[in-house]
Amino acid sequence: MTPAVSIENLQKSYGEVVAVKDVTLDVQPGEIFGLLGPNAAGKTTTIRCLCTLTKPDGGRVEVGGVSSIEQPKAARRKLGYVAQEVALDKVLTGRELLQLQASLYHLPKQAAKERIDQLLNLLGLEDYGDQKTGTYSGGLKKRLDLAAGLLHQPEVLVLDEPTVGLDIESRFVVWDFLRKLRDAGTTVLITSHYLEEVDALADRVAIIDQGKVIASGTPNELKDRLGGDRVTLRIREFTPAEEAEKAKAHLSTLDFVREVIVNPAQGNSLNLVVQPQSNPIGPIEQTLSELGLPTFGISQSRPSLDDVYLAATGRTLMDAEMAAAGSRDLKAEKKQAMKGS
Amino acid sequence: MSQSLSPLSPNSVIESQQTIPDNPVGEFIQETGALTKRLFIQLQRRPSTLIAGIVQPLMWLLLFGALFQYAPEGLLGEGIGYSQFLAPGIIVFTAFSGALNAGLPVMFDREFGFLNRLLVAPLSSRFSIVAASTIYIVSLSFIQTAAIVGLSAFIGAGLPSLAGLGAIALIVFLIVAGVTALSLGLAFALPGHVELIAVIFVTNLPLLFASTALAPLNFMAEFLKAVASVNPLTYAIEPIRYIYINPEWTFNSTVLETSWLNLSFGASLLALLAFDIVILLLIQPIIRRRFA
Repeated sequence: MTPAVSIENLQKSYGEVVAVKDVTLDVQPGEIFGLLGPNAAGKTTTIRCLCTLTKPDGGRVEVGGVSSIEQPKAARRKLGYVAQEVALDKVLTGRELLQLQASLYHLPKQAAKERIDQLLNLLGLEDYGDQKTGTYSGGLKKRLDLAAGLLHQPEVLVLDEPTVGLDIESRFVVWDFLRKLRDAGTTVLITSHYLEEVDALADRVAIIDQGKVIASGTPNELKDRLGGDRVTLRIREFTPAEEAEKAKAHLSTLDFVREVIVNPAQGNSLNLVVQPQSNPIGPIEQTLSELGLPTFGISQSRPSLDDVYLAATGRTLMDAEMAAAGSRDLKAEKKQAMKGS
Repeated sequence: MSQSLSPLSPNSVIESQQTIPDNPVGEFIQETGALTKRLFIQLQRRPSTLIAGIVQPLMWLLLFGALFQYAPEGLLGEGIGYSQFLAPGIIVFTAFSGALNAGLPVMFDREFGFLNRLLVAPLSSRFSIVAASTIYIVSLSFIQTAAIVGLSAFIGAGLPSLAGLGAIALIVFLIVAGVTALSLGLAFALPGHVELIAVIFVTNLPLLFASTALAPLNFMAEFLKAVASVNPLTYAIEPIRYIYINPEWTFNSTVLETSWLNLSFGASLLALLAFDIVILLLIQPIIRRRFA
């Protein structure tokens, strides 16, 4: 089957800055695909190349077998694009914006009218359709933007950070809607730097870091590949370092424990990687009590996508985020994005 | 096939059999119409620009007219009052200023990301974005021109014949088309609205003063004469002025006479057309590159 989206060896630089070094990924029809990575990893640039907003320096980008580079117009017909920043004309009503969008996609008038009513209903916007979009809340704006992206029934809906800046409730509305969309056969490609979003939503994931795909598969595959469960142990609320080191020395000798890391950032808590399906809590607590140490808190979990990211890059997504935030020149990036080429 | 009935399904599931015939001209008209409609809805809901755009030239007309109320008679020619002299200058200057601002909404669309909405759509041609802005600005200029012609008649500049009004409309169209294209080109070439506004500032009034809008060529210093006689505004103002002063005009009428230039009515129209063509050729690569 032709992949819904196929990207191969994509490269894109803005002057000196390499935004996308080498991205290769396939999105299958009818799945939700998550592109996960910290800010400035190259997610948005990848999306911009896909949606014909930017010309890549190299590589292949196809939507349903149609090249975004060689046949941009045919590719645009197959794509719906929902940008991170909702750009609505605040003077227009929701319905007027959708009418404009319908004309840009050349829908016949009557079909457009029916389709607009249908989408306003589906997204719970029927009471707001005739209000100016300037009066909308963030959640309503996003929903209208979703409606606009879906007006022409695209094969692939692309959403750049679909829930950034949304309240929890709107976030769940968007998630639910994207699942319905997938179930109806539309392919959904999202970018996100929220682990839980990708974990909850995506059928398959590509983790992208510094312009490269560093891991891809289903969230479960990625976690299983990593192997081992995680145990987080706090001896005291704030454990003295020597106590933590002592516990570490003893816990490392247990046969089901693969690795013990002391995390000074969290009051010297201990992070243990243990063999899956072992029952580690009892023996760990026992070891501690033999050492005369208390247990403030202990929990066991499967590895998260953050652990996948950590294993691949040696830093957590949060750390990467902070580092990127410090080094990023947002103004220059915006200028580049406006230039488009 | 329950899936194909869902409104959330891709159209490829539903419409795989029916192929939509390609109709680029119809599509171009549809998208240009929709984009133009958007601009007019904006105008209707935020009419302040239109109101200011009408009030301002009327104030120019009244204040400049009053400024030179007691200018020595015969200075501008036999039996020509200043208001009659001034009206054509204000018509052209107003159309010119409006057109010069045409790029601003496009620039804001770029900055707010609205332009991306247009650029990801399968537009028949992205020149529909340019076409919509041009239609909008030309319409606005006609409304402003009508207001100025009306008030000028009221304060004694006289009313040109129907053919004269038609010629005025053509000249306004020619100057607006070129300047709108220039402004749109700048809106795509400059980094942001601050720079665009700066360009508008340094272009607007200097071009007014370096034209024959407010004073005839023979009032000017030699260098200004030279500048004014290559200023496109002059080529728009002089034929309109001729219409106002001479009810009998033809394309051969000499509208501007200097020691080095004898400009006929027809030649000034051709000059404006040439100006439009040069501007279009200049902005073509910019817009093509943006839209490629």
